Amino acid sequence: METKRADTVAAPSRFPLREAGLFVALLVAVLGVYAVMGGAYSTRMLVEAACYAILALGLTIQWGYAGQFNAGVMGFVALGGFSAMFFSIPVNEAFWDSELPGELGLVLLYMVAAVLMVLGATRLDRLGVPRKLRTLIAVVLGVVLYLVVINALRGVTDQIESRAGFIGGLGLPVGVGWIVGGALAGGVGFFIGRVCLGLRSDYLAIATLGIAEIIKAFLKNSDWLTRGTATVSPLPWPVPGPEAVGFTLARAMYLSVTAVMIALIFFLLSRAYHAPWGRMIRAIRDNELSAAAMGKDINRRRLEIFVLGCILMGIGGAALASFNSMFDPQGYLPLNHTFLVLVMVILGGPGNNLGTIFGAVAVYIIWIMSEPLALFLMELAVAFGEGAFGWEAPTNMDSRALQARVFVIGLLITLVLRFAPKGLLPEKVKHVA
Amino acid sequence: MNELVFFINNVVIAGSVTGSIYAIGAVGVTLIFSIMRFAHFAHGDMMTFGAFMVLLLASAFPGAGAAFGVPAALVLLPVAMALTALLAVGIDRAFYKPLRAHGVKPIVLVIGSLGVTLMLQGLIRLFSGTGGSSLYVDDRKEIFRLALPFEGVRAPVVITEPQLWLFGITLVAVVGLHLFLTRSRLGKAMRAMSDNPDLAQASGINTNTIVAVTWVIAGGLAAIAGTLLSLDVTFKPDLSFFLLLPIFAAAIVGGVGHPFGAVAGGFVVGFAETLAVFNWSVLLRPFRDSLPEWLTQAGNLAFVGTEYKIVVPFFILVVILVWRPTGIFKGKVI
Repeated sequence: METKRADTVAAPSRFPLREAGLFVALLVAVLGVYAVMGGAYSTRMLVEAACYAILALGLTIQWGYAGQFNAGVMGFVALGGFSAMFFSIPVNEAFWDSELPGELGLVLLYMVAAVLMVLGATRLDRLGVPRKLRTLIAVVLGVVLYLVVINALRGVTDQIESRAGFIGGLGLPVGVGWIVGGALAGGVGFFIGRVCLGLRSDYLAIATLGIAEIIKAFLKNSDWLTRGTATVSPLPWPVPGPEAVGFTLARAMYLSVTAVMIALIFFLLSRAYHAPWGRMIRAIRDNELSAAAMGKDINRRRLEIFVLGCILMGIGGAALASFNSMFDPQGYLPLNHTFLVLVMVILGGPGNNLGTIFGAVAVYIIWIMSEPLALFLMELAVAFGEGAFGWEAPTNMDSRALQARVFVIGLLITLVLRFAPKGLLPEKVKHVA
Repeated sequence: MNELVFFINNVVIAGSVTGSIYAIGAVGVTLIFSIMRFAHFAHGDMMTFGAFMVLLLASAFPGAGAAFGVPAALVLLPVAMALTALLAVGIDRAFYKPLRAHGVKPIVLVIGSLGVTLMLQGLIRLFSGTGGSSLYVDDRKEIFRLALPFEGVRAPVVITEPQLWLFGITLVAVVGLHLFLTRSRLGKAMRAMSDNPDLAQASGINTNTIVAVTWVIAGGLAAIAGTLLSLDVTFKPDLSFFLLLPIFAAAIVGGVGHPFGAVAGGFVVGFAETLAVFNWSVLLRPFRDSLPEWLTQAGNLAFVGTEYKIVVPFFILVVILVWRPTGIFKGKVI
């Protein structure tokens, strides 16, 4: 009798009961929100959930496909948001009409020249300079040139701030900003990945946590570039804005743009997942040693997937900032932009794109709805405390009630890790008998 | 000479203060890293928790310090240390132990510790609000101004009482930990387990006890670091988030698994931070007549502004990961 290889036999198709059930429940929840909160509000929620779904897809390929943990989603989101702002807002004539652009360009040229000089100094040993001397020369040169460039930059940026406010935007179509945002995030991801991916996975988490805070600090304090805490608004939309066609319709059109993006990303990711490349990625995740023994270039593949995830986060962040129509560097919080995405991914199902999208929408609805719920519960508790014990509640109970959500998110992470480590829609692993 | 005093105040003293705090924090992180093999992200919030316990206790017993002539916060510190140690062991039992029992990868424990971070943060903010408050509930913060015995020195060297306590307690903690790890049976067992957990278990060491002892030590040290930091500045619930990166950088610089490396790394990172934000043109001022004009004209010779302080530990982290990922003292875990 001829035996067939198990993986060539078509698997008996079964009705995806679990998926269908969960998505029907999600649909009911969305319809419920529509019925209670009205169309404009609910559509806004859906658009934001869609942007978060793009972020979650970025994290699911890093964590689910490849087992790399990125603890700094916020930084990549903020970079995307900055890029969306910078490319789409109108040109600032006060800046471009002065001689300041030339000076800024000159400083940037200095910067490039300084980098080239330091790089050249690190190659001095090729000319016969002893290695220790070379290192010393390179370090001293680096420090001196850094001070020179940073002082020149401070001078120009102070001028910009006092005379033109900030450098304004480029007035280009919104889509350009989104794409460049993805590229920027990918570039930073490449740098971090190069440093950390050959080492223990913990180091990547530490480094991404750090770079996220640095990006935020940079965007917050560079008033000449982003207006810092003064925030930039309004950002243009890729579709007609609410003032032209009304809130609900404008948001619905924005939703269709993000939905098309998600569909496209989803399609491409599914193709990649089932392609030889996807198999290789999962092989590396599941057993690094044997993948290496098969001749796979582990660090290179890891770098690829890490950068890919960062690009998706940049694009998602850009879409989110454009939708909010405001760029506020202080509004980027680890809780909202890192840990919420993490919960979406591990609850939905890391490595399963459908599960990730489900998780993103479901968690975002819960997150939005938990705010009034937390306030209500706190009021109830205060009323009970006052009634039963004559307890005088502090005045800032509202902000404290919102902090309770931080606790719930943390509890959710630990509980999911312990009791449902594969999420609600687990990754489907084909078993070959 | 006034410039020199300025340097001492802003670099030597400030660097020693931040260095000591990073050092105590990094010792805890490095111990957990070497025994349980994961980066414990909730360490910063264990510090905040310890400081918060001191704040609660000091508010409850504001007169406790008067009997000993020291601030109430310091008298109540051992109680807070015990409470934080208890919390650390409890967290391990409730959240990390089940994960370990499942045999998950270390990175899953890292994510779990992020969850614990959020839970602690949420709880602390729920009870304390989001504002800051001083740990000096009923006492006065002494400030010592030491005038230097030189001609023409007007500015005094300024050092505060909590800073002196900080140096003293850091020294005691480090020496005590050294004696514990090298002399006592438990400490030797801990070192054995960090070298090779399987071999340690095979030679009859109770690994569960070692894990619990590690958490007790880490929790106690975290409470010390958090309290002393809050004494020096003020208590804030979001204290922890900005401590996390420097502490990890310090632990990695010192070589993960080396308590003394962590102490050295803490001071390296602390001094690097203060040196980087120090404006070096102040030191050039006495020589302004003999220097070329372009050098004295440069108004600000600080490497980074104070708002970009967090870049410094990150830069150190990247350099050490590229140049020598095992740390300067050859750590065990890579």
